[in-house]
Amino acid sequence: MTAGRGRRRACVLAALAGVVLLPAMAAAETITVQVTKFSFVPASVTAKVGDTIEWVNADFVDHTATAANKGFDVKLPANKSGSVTVKKAGTFPYFCRFHPMMKGTITVKK
Amino acid sequence: MNTLKRLGIGLAGLMLTTTLGLAAEATKPTDPEIAHIAYTADNIDIQAAEHAVKVSKNKAVQDFARDMIRDHEAVNKQALALLAKLKVEPKDNATSQALVNQADATQAHLATLKGAAFDKAYVDNEVAYHHAVNTALETTLIPAAQNAELKDLLTTGLQIFKGHEDHARMVAGELK
Ligand SMILES: [Cu+2]
Repeated sequence: MTAGRGRRRACVLAALAGVVLLPAMAAAETITVQVTKFSFVPASVTAKVGDTIEWVNADFVDHTATAANKGFDVKLPANKSGSVTVKKAGTFPYFCRFHPMMKGTITVKK
Repeated sequence: MNTLKRLGIGLAGLMLTTTLGLAAEATKPTDPEIAHIAYTADNIDIQAAEHAVKVSKNKAVQDFARDMIRDHEAVNKQALALLAKLKVEPKDNATSQALVNQADATQAHLATLKGAAFDKAYVDNEVAYHHAVNTALETTLIPAAQNAELKDLLTTGLQIFKGHEDHARMVAGELK
């Protein structure tokens, strides 16, 4: 009972502090890609399995980050962000469904 | 602004010609005129796209048309917000009227088409239309704009519409 409550409290604390603790605990990082003026900046990023890619859309139009292999399809509404956690090693080209000329690549290492 | 809204609703269609008649303008357009031209050009493309979404059976064409509606509405929203902030009242002018007349003619033509013939005519016109608007923005409207924020918005618009022109060319290539 006490142990259970303690564990629960630890969980809650961990959840509350998640933003701070998670990188240290899992060694996972968040890699930010700016979406600005109809470009992914930088267009190529390298990540490790478990990392999160976050796209920050600074444009006043909607975009998407959509994997060429359909592995992910992240909506990026105007002035909003979206993210995906990469789970497999490999090279993943992606594009914007609304503006197919917008292209980027995520290279994931083990 | 009311006149502008009414105009927006009244606008239907697109245009076949690739010139906007801007070169013929003797004097440089003023900021209120530029705002009116930009808003009119945006609305013409939205109306054309709304028609295409209804008429086309081709997914690439429908998706493209939806992209046009989404982006041009976003640009219009920014434009209206900026005009309100600057207290600029858009002013109707010969170029806007020429745009509307050409759009009506194009719309009348497209209304007679269906299926693959419609898809091709719509997308080809989108290439030509965006190219014409981009040329006008680059050579006339952006250089003539006096207000820095208006100039900025037109420059961003140019970037967006260049993307649309490329996208339209891509879809046109797929249709062949
Ligand atoms: Cu996009």
